[in-house]
Amino acid sequence: MRVVALDARALRLGLAPGLTLADARARIPELAAVDHDPHADRLWLERIADGCDRWTPMVALDPPDGVTLDITGCVESFTLRTRKSVRTELVEVPSFSSTVQEERQGFDRLSPNGGMFGSEALLAADIEHRLTAAGLTLRLALADTPEAAQALARFQSLPAADEAQAIRRLPVAALRLEEEAETALRRAGLKTIGDLADRPPAPLAARFGEAMVDALNRLIGRADSRISPRRALPALMFERRFAEPLARTDDALAVLDDLAREAAVALEERHGGGRRFAGRLYRSDGAVREIAIETGLPTRDPAVPARLFRERIDALADPIDPGFGFDMIRLAVPAIEPLAATQLRLEGGRVAEEAMAALVDRLSIRLGRNRVRRFVAQGTHIPEQQALALPAVDLPDPAPWPQPPAGEPPLRPLHLFDPPQRIAVTMSEVPDGPPLRFRWRRTVHEVARFEGPERIAGEWWRVRVARLPDPPPSVLRPSPGRDAMDCDDEELADPTDTAPNRPAEPLLTRDYFRVEDVRGRRFWLFRHGLYERETDAPDWNVHGLFA
Amino acid sequence: MDALCALRNRIARIEGRRPQDAPVHAPLGIESLDRALGGGLARARLHELFAAEPADGPAAAGFAAMLARLVVPSAAPLLWLRQEDAERAGGGLSASGLAQIGIDPARLVLLVPPDPVRLLRAAADVVRCPPVGAAVIELWQQPRALDLTASRRLAVAAEESGVTVLMLRVDADPAPSAAHTRWRIASAPSTVLEADAPGHPAFAIELLRQRGRPDGGRWRVEWDREQAAFRDAPLPGAVVPVAAGGPEAAPLRA
Repeated sequence: MRVVALDARALRLGLAPGLTLADARARIPELAAVDHDPHADRLWLERIADGCDRWTPMVALDPPDGVTLDITGCVESFTLRTRKSVRTELVEVPSFSSTVQEERQGFDRLSPNGGMFGSEALLAADIEHRLTAAGLTLRLALADTPEAAQALARFQSLPAADEAQAIRRLPVAALRLEEEAETALRRAGLKTIGDLADRPPAPLAARFGEAMVDALNRLIGRADSRISPRRALPALMFERRFAEPLARTDDALAVLDDLAREAAVALEERHGGGRRFAGRLYRSDGAVREIAIETGLPTRDPAVPARLFRERIDALADPIDPGFGFDMIRLAVPAIEPLAATQLRLEGGRVAEEAMAALVDRLSIRLGRNRVRRFVAQGTHIPEQQALALPAVDLPDPAPWPQPPAGEPPLRPLHLFDPPQRIAVTMSEVPDGPPLRFRWRRTVHEVARFEGPERIAGEWWRVRVARLPDPPPSVLRPSPGRDAMDCDDEELADPTDTAPNRPAEPLLTRDYFRVEDVRGRRFWLFRHGLYERETDAPDWNVHGLFA
Repeated sequence: MDALCALRNRIARIEGRRPQDAPVHAPLGIESLDRALGGGLARARLHELFAAEPADGPAAAGFAAMLARLVVPSAAPLLWLRQEDAERAGGGLSASGLAQIGIDPARLVLLVPPDPVRLLRAAADVVRCPPVGAAVIELWQQPRALDLTASRRLAVAAEESGVTVLMLRVDADPAPSAAHTRWRIASAPSTVLEADAPGHPAFAIELLRQRGRPDGGRWRVEWDREQAAFRDAPLPGAVVPVAAGGPEAAPLRA
């Protein structure tokens, strides 16, 4: 067992990460050790990144203990530097609870003009203030490229006059190369980034590899590099900051309505509408709550998101807890879809369509999107896969279905069991006749009339053969006397399953019968497997019930 | 006459008045049945359909679907509300089965609320939405939430919005309600087709109650998908000779 991370006191006592636990205990007997839990650390880092979202939407994780923010455009800047990255390095995480006693001085000063920070220093101060208040120890660095910011936050030990100088003084470890490459550099006497930056790149690449030169170029800003943010940037984003946090959910909703009106104006200018609206409520202690709604048709009517946000909050399983209050609220429209201005029709055609879409939206928000469904036809002959019930929000306008053949009674049942239910057939004609009497749900049904069999074979073309070198003979050489339908008796192999020894489930043919019992109830039964060819004891199932 | 009435009601709705009290009827296709109902099934009203026995649930559901098909003009959306348990115990509503009855599944929106309370809340919303053609509310057993008030609320909303509401009850007994008509549905042996095959869906229906008109009456009906209408089903046991012309030739009526 080795030591992964240490707190500041332990570092001062001379311990270092990588030491075996026994060694560390020998040196400091009263050492308190906790199991390393990378998953919890990761979750904690994600939560911190969520909180960092308030400063800029461009947030990237730098595991195990870093978060990189791209603050381009978030800071009023008159210099020619176009892009800035801030890195916050979290060295020590003393506790996972976030009970915060926040001092509220200095924050009002930070947002004098609603969303723009006065300068980078003020932004940095705000970040530091909030994260230290949450009980974190923080190392913050500001640089032109993400790599430089990450390296400065991790490796800078002495303050420097300017950023370029500071980077030049960093050790080569800041390149984050493999162990061997780093040792090779050090053996060649190249100890700092400055040593490398002065040399021509071609010989360096020849000796230490392209990867090293690439890393160097990104670090000192010769090559362009960007962070990949955790979330895609929304097309439109509106936010409000408050000097005094809002303690009531109703007030937060009113602010969301206000933002939706702003969004409506922006959407109208672009002749577009949104189908998703995400409201993010930033609590003053750093917790973030997101409520998202979606609509079937693109909309830019501010009343629609306003109503749906209320529905959503009413339907939430765990209510929104304002805690000490929300000090920032943001509304994002992830994507803009084209939406031309429409004219109302006198007889109300378009209006009816919109009213229907609004109903579906409302029900989807209240019941959950998977509980409001529409059917989509699928090109298959397997009965239970012929229709897919998809969320109605995703399908505002489904295509009409093919017409059933004329002159026939219904050949498919109104209710379909998935999976089919096993029945006990007490009498049936062997080998491929209909059942004459069967028991289902503790009731015996006498079959009065039947039609069948309608033979539905499995989709043999989708079956993968388990062992390629030795395929079953039926795949390659169908033996004479067998029709094409019998080709499916090879083994069904799960594509993800590579173990050859696992007994694969055979893909059996189904013989369907439409039967009516003496009382007039109509069933759709099938015999699973061809008698003596696929199985010796085929079982019977009821697959559906006719009207 | 019906078209004129429908137009009047529609204008009334546009003007924000309550439509006239006389309901618009959708003829079911059987003369004696339509006469008993005063012209057919009343649109914009609440109708209750009880499955005679739990095993008649599919028949009642099929009958509800057929009524919805008759009542709703061509392409207006159709909403079907079922409880999640019903979807599991009674089998999922099948799109191809609906298509075989004559309903385009693309028109249908299926709602699967988890419990009767939420189902009735959703139903209240659905029934208040005028573009909806018809709503089938399927409730199993006797949920506490469905009382006289709830059914009264649905009936009033249906009259105001013009949505026809078909309350489908499986494994339940009739209780006081605000429904316009109340039916009991059982499956009936179908007219045998060629080679002893089961024929078109047939039902034994009974009109238990009707608001403002004499109750009572039993019919055996059969659904004809092509005509989109019901027709008289021959009595069980009647031997139907199969026409010699093959499956195209219609069997003679017994």
